[in-house]
Parts: sequence; structure tokens; C-alpha cells
Amino acid sequence: MSFLLVQALSGLATAATLFLVSSGLTIVFGVTRIVNFAHGSFYMVGAYAGWSLIERFGGTPAGFWGSVAAAALAMGVLGAAMEIGLLRRLYRSPELFQLLGTFGVVLVVQDLTAWAWGPEDLLGRRASGLKGSIDILDQPFPLYDLVLIGLGPLVLGLLWLLFNRTRWGTLVRAATQDREMTSALGVDPARLFTGVLFLGCALAGLGGALQVPREAVTLQMDVAIVVEAFVVVVVGGMGSLTGAFLASLLIGQLQAFGILVFPQITLVIVFLFMAVVLVLRPHGLLGRAEEMPPTAPATVTVPLSRGRHAGVWALALLAVMAAAPLVAGDYALILLTEVVILALFAASLHLLIGLGGLVSFGHAAWFGLGAYGSALLVKHMDAPMPLALAGAPVLAGLGALVAGWFCVRRSGLYFAMLTLAFAQIVWSIAFQWYAVTGGDNGILGVWPSAWAAGKAAYYWLTLALCGGALWLLRRAAFAPFGYALRAGRDSGLRAESVGIDVRRFQWMAFVLAGAAAGLAGGLYAFAKGSVFPTLLAVPQSVDALVMVLMGGIQTVAGPLAGAAVFHLLESEVMSMTDWWRLVLGLIIVALVLVFPKGIVGFLSGLRSSFGRRRA
Amino acid sequence: MSEALLTVDGLQAWYGRAHILDGIALTVGRGEVVALMGRNGAGKTTTLKAIMGLVERRAATLRLDGCDLSALPTHRIARLGVGYVPEDRRIFADLTVEENLEVGRQPPRPGAPVWTPEKLFALFPNLAEMRGRRGTRMSGGEQQMLTLARTLMGNPSLLLLDEPSEGLAPLIVRQMADAVRRLKAEGLSVLLSEQSLSFASAVADRACVIETGRLRWTGTMTELMADDGVRAAYLAV
Ligand SMILES: Nc1ncnc2c1ncn2[C@@H]1O[C@H](COP(=O)(O)OP(=O)(O)OP(=O)(O)O)[C@@H](O)[C@H]1O
Ligand SMILES: [Mg+2]
Repeated sequence: MSFLLVQALSGLATAATLFLVSSGLTIVFGVTRIVNFAHGSFYMVGAYAGWSLIERFGGTPAGFWGSVAAAALAMGVLGAAMEIGLLRRLYRSPELFQLLGTFGVVLVVQDLTAWAWGPEDLLGRRASGLKGSIDILDQPFPLYDLVLIGLGPLVLGLLWLLFNRTRWGTLVRAATQDREMTSALGVDPARLFTGVLFLGCALAGLGGALQVPREAVTLQMDVAIVVEAFVVVVVGGMGSLTGAFLASLLIGQLQAFGILVFPQITLVIVFLFMAVVLVLRPHGLLGRAEEMPPTAPATVTVPLSRGRHAGVWALALLAVMAAAPLVAGDYALILLTEVVILALFAASLHLLIGLGGLVSFGHAAWFGLGAYGSALLVKHMDAPMPLALAGAPVLAGLGALVAGWFCVRRSGLYFAMLTLAFAQIVWSIAFQWYAVTGGDNGILGVWPSAWAAGKAAYYWLTLALCGGALWLLRRAAFAPFGYALRAGRDSGLRAESVGIDVRRFQWMAFVLAGAAAGLAGGLYAFAKGSVFPTLLAVPQSVDALVMVLMGGIQTVAGPLAGAAVFHLLESEVMSMTDWWRLVLGLIIVALVLVFPKGIVGFLSGLRSSFGRRRA
Repeated sequence: MSEALLTVDGLQAWYGRAHILDGIALTVGRGEVVALMGRNGAGKTTTLKAIMGLVERRAATLRLDGCDLSALPTHRIARLGVGYVPEDRRIFADLTVEENLEVGRQPPRPGAPVWTPEKLFALFPNLAEMRGRRGTRMSGGEQQMLTLARTLMGNPSLLLLDEPSEGLAPLIVRQMADAVRRLKAEGLSVLLSEQSLSFASAVADRACVIETGRLRWTGTMTELMADDGVRAAYLAV
């Protein structure tokens, strides 16, 4: 009994941190309508900065709390700087660009943090004056955690006062509802938004600094917390503070007790909880319908162009590529094999984004599921390569069938969040289920059959399978299926009114894209000889998005070119530096800043301003 | 005649690539009420939004009291003393009546009437009774009053009123007309868009008639009432 009570209390302490971080995320989202992926980075840097300050000044209670406050304020300043330097330019961009742009910041911050504090985990001092524990029903409970438990409601109360009893808070709430009208009343939205980013990121930094006495400060804590905070915000209702508080409490308890019942799959429980909440209450516990962000139509409303003589070009390209082993060495062939595989991966994502207008942030799930499907068949059932390869798209397609049923119920940002959640579920299974997947040791020894073991042979096999799959995807794009998808993308309501069951087509597209990504994953597993959980992780999903973005969303050939450029860049340029995250992050940020409306939007913007000047 | 408060000439506006306004020209003198008239889709709302900087626009002249507005962002235009009351009201539904007014509050401006919540509650007694109520729980007429009051909190010298009488019950329309006349008496200048001739003739001194984004006719309200031809060509449904 007393054990359960202490467990519940430690769940409350977890909830407090979770609330601090997610309240910042939800405030920023509510006003800017941007889901700030970099929010977790402020939490992480807040923890690192807090660690340094506490090491120096944390000997007294005043020093400890002063350090925490200073770290939080510093993160607020950095957040304001990010608003001015980056977000401000993204407010009118499609959500794909916003998510990617802020993810670019995540990468940059990871490398800068590693550079400043080194790669080792840091253990902080305990909070001065709160080092002991008290007995609760004969069970010891840390005093510090008790303080945290009180801090959650305290911050909620202060935020409530700020938003309801000050002019600044009133203006922020007004801007949340109607940005344009607020500026028509003489309020400078830019300054307001900078202030909001300051507040949101300071809260993240506060959460991070407060964690120092409780757990090690690591370079992985950014993505881990931001994904959890996403879940809290989505469950609570995007933009709702009280909702975030409630959701933090629920998820804190779910984690505290989940770890007792299913220690292996606590993450899965949390994500499943979110999926269930979203199906029962589409806008979260306390969210409202109008709180749902509009999907940015600017993503991809340009019609796909078939391209003249596309078939001829494709055959010519295929012929040239098939001839590559005649001249290329082993290393080049390995690289080419990977390019071809990634091209299929990118093209499958492009099917969702370009045709369906569905921005998936978790496409790596299907790639990785395919890879693991093949590897598991080889490892546990000794399956020959052809069978294992056939299993890849089947497993991925089945996974996408289940996840897709949930995901296509929502559009825009919620769709992105849901796909991210499913990818995290699959990732955490691969990561935590040691007995079957080997956890982060991965699965080794996934080699091709003897007849395909040569680099050239495997390359030809990859080319044939990916070429076939790409041809199928292209056929689908220009078949009635593809037109129905595009109709749903451009005007869901109108498409429904002429009798197109948009959701069903989107579901089919999700499964098709998942299966194609799965095939790519299976081929990748055999090309590498091993699989690891990173194949399913967020950065892998982002890689796919960057490939699609680089190539341009408007053409079917775009993702192919994007995959080639991206992979060559990654393996040639980034292998020359230890700071590849920094480089990649800067490339991503540059991409979204130079083409804030997408490459197509950029071109048509040029065209229309040119036309106007002539008129 | 001294320079008008608002001078607009050669105003063009676009929604994306659609060219909506082509060469609108008008002036609003100090203390004058000008009605912008035209059928549905003529471009009345777009004209007001273009002045406010809410749509993409370009103008040969766009001046308020000698200040060039054409390069300013919306909030700067508002702070110069232009109050905008949109046709779709757009009150902040989650905010109470008093909070809505607070959002509109700006420092007093020389040469323009100064408003306080108390003064506005005297002008719109209905609002006084629901200070703490949220916008979601207000009727259309009450919302219209609140939008106007909210804009007045910015102490504007020029009011842009988009279809103040649209969708209101006859009694409320009369209250609205009274309010506009009161504002004029306080020294405010008003540019209002209107489809209803009776409302316009009750409050306006002059009228500008537009159709498909171009200015077609301009003159005093009395002249418009006398000119059957213009009314038939551009206003009759
Ligand atoms: N957001 C928009 N995007 C594209 N075109 C628009 C948009 N809003 C208005 N238009 C077009 O601009 C033209 C002028 O519209 P506007 O709203 O200014 O007319 P109005 O005179 O105010 O009409 P009403 O009396 O119905 O309010 C119309 O042809 C309309 O179709
Ligand atoms: Mg209108």
C-alpha cells in the first residue's frame, strides 16, 4: 500500500517536469501555431547550463535556486533569438517546413552542446538543503521530489495569473485566436511572439535545470522529452494549459505504474494512450475544434506534372544505371545500391506528401519495420533471402494498415504527430524488447544469399526491385487512385461531396507507402548486413523528409534526385567531419529559409511578382 | 479646403494572383462620413483591408494626415489612428467583453476623441450589462457593438467600418446609425462600406460607388439619392 503511494508520488514528480516542458510547448504552439521540435533542445541545454551553474554556485540553497533561475532565463533569451532568426520567417510556411526547420535547430544544438560540454553523461549535485528524504508510511521519499510536486501547480497558477490578469497575457490570448485582428488593433505581433518564445523556452529550460539533481544530463534528453511533451500536448488538447496539466498527471502516473506492470514497454503504453485519447476525443482532453490548426494548403497544391517522354527518360536512366557495375568499383556500387534504396524510401513518402498532402513525421517506422522484418526472419527462422525480402513489405504494410487506420482520421499537424507517435512505438519495441530484437545491439549477420552476395549482383537485384516498385508507385500516382488522393488533398470536402471516400484512399495510400518503404528497408538490411533501432528513429524519418524536400515536391522524379543528392552529401561530405549534425542541421535550416513556401511556391512567387511588374 | 484626413489614389490590391482592386481613389475629410457603396463582391471590404494593409496592395497615394501608409505594417497603421471594424466582427470569443476592450486600448491621440470603457458603456448600454461575459455568449448585434467599442478603445481619428448594418435587426440598425452620428459629432471621420442605401443616407455625407474593383461614381449622398441612373447601374440588386 505504502509502496503504491510512493510510486504515485514519484509519478507526480515526473508529471511536474513534464508539465513545465509541455506548458511551454503548448503556449508557443497556441500563439504561433508552430510545433517547435527544438523545444526539447532548450530543455537539454537548460539542463547542461543548470549543471554548470549548480556545480559552481549550488553549494547553498540560494545558489542552487539562483542557478536554476539563471539557466531558465538564458533559455528564454535563446528562444527569443530563435523566434527572431528563424520562426518569424516560417509563420506562413507549410507545417512541413516548420517542423523541419525546428528539427534543423535540434541537430545544430546537439552538436554545439556536445562541443561545449563533451559527449559524456553528467551527474549533477543534489539540491542544497533538500538532499534528504522523508518517510511516507515508512517508505523514504526524496524531499526534492516533494518540492517538484508542489512546483507543478504553482507554475500552473502563475501562468494562469499571467494570462488572465495582465495586459500582456490578454494580448497573447487575443493573438492566439486571431493574429490578424490583433495587429489591426495596433498590437505588434512580432514583439508579442518573441515574448511568447521567451516564456515557452524559459519554461523548458526551467524543467531541464530542475532535472539536474534527479538524473544524469545526457545528449539524448532533447528528443526524448520533446516527444513526450508532444504526447502531453496532444492528449491535453493543443494550446490548452490546463489540458497539458491534466495530461501530465495522467502520463506521469501511467509511467510510474506502467514500469511496474510492463517494464519492457512503458513507452508503448504512453503512445497507445495517446492514440486512444485521440480516437475518443479528437481534439484532446480539453482542446476545442477551432484549436485545430488549419492544414497549410500551400504545401503541395501544384498539380503533378507527368513530364514529357517520362517513360523514355526512365528507361534510359535505368539502362545507364544497370550498366554502372561495368565501370564502377565496389565502394561506388555500395553507394549506388544505397541511393537506389533510399530513392524508393523517399518516393514512398512522396506518395503521401505530394499526392495525399499528408506530412508523415514517422515514415522511418515502415522502413525500419521492413528491415527488422527481414532480419527477424533470417535470425529466428533461418529464412532464405528471397523469403525474408518478401516479408519486409508485408510486415511494414501490416503495421501501416493498423497505424494508418488511426492516422488518416486526422490531418495536418495531428497527422504528423500521430505518425511520429507510431514510429516511436515501433522504435521503442525494437529498442526495449531485447529478447527478440536485441535492443540497441541490433541484429547482425543479415547477409544476402550466395547468388546475390556479389556487390554487382546485389546492386542489380536492388535496381530491379526498386525500379519495379517505383514504376508501380508512379502508375498509382496517375491512376484514378492518385487523382482521388489529390482531390482529397486539394479539397477534402468537395471530394467527399462527389462521392470520393477520401479517408479510405488515404488509408490505402498509407499502406502502399508503408509497404514500399518496407521493401526499401528489407533491401537496406541485406545491403548493410545488420539492423539497428536507429533505422526506426526520428532522424531517419527526417532524412526522408529532407530528401523529398530537396528534390522538390512537385514531380515524381523529385524524391529520386533528392535521395541521390542527400545520400552522396551524407556519405561524402559529412564523413569528413565529426560535426555532421551541425552541417545537416544548417542545410535543413537553409533549405526552409530559402524556400519558405516550398520550392514550387518560391518559383511561382517569382513568376507572379515578375508578371505584376510588367503589368 | 485643407488637406483631407485620408487620401487614397490609384489603389491596387491582390488576393494571391487575383487582381481585385484597380485604381480606387477617394478622400475622407476631417469629421466627414463617407459611404463606400457597391454590390456584393464589388470590392468594398477589399478596399478597407487594403487601407489597413491586410491584403497585398500598392497605391500611388495612401496618406493619413500627411503620413504615408503604403509601406507600413498593419499595427503601425492602427497606431497612427486608423480604427478597423471588420464585417465578420471577429471579436475574441474566449475573452470577456472587458478583455476585448483591453486588447483594443491604445494611448490617447491628440486631435482624436478619447475613449474609456465607461464612456463606451454609456454609448452602448447593452454592453455594460455583460462586462464579464465571454464573446461566445453574445448575439450578433451585441457582437457588432463590441467590435466597434473595441476599435474605439484605440482612440482612432479615422474609423473604417465594414457593413455595420449587415445582418442586424431593424432596431439595432437604428442604434448603430445613432452611434455613427454620435461618433461624427465627437469629431471622428468615418469610411464605411454599405449595401443598404437607407443606412448610408442616414449617416453619410458623401458616397463612393465601386464595381468590380473600380471607382464608378463619387458625389454627395444627396446627389446619389437623386441619381436614379447610378443607383440602377451599380446598386440595385
Ligand atoms: N480571400 C479571397 N481570396 C480571393 N478572392 C477574394 C477573397 N476575398 C474576396 N475575394 C474576391 O474579391 C472581390 C471583392 O471582394 P470584397 O469582399 O471586397 O467584396 P465586397 O464588396 O465587400 O462584397 P460584400 O458586399 O459581399 O461584402 C470578390 O470578387 C471576391 O470574390
Ligand atoms: Mg464586404
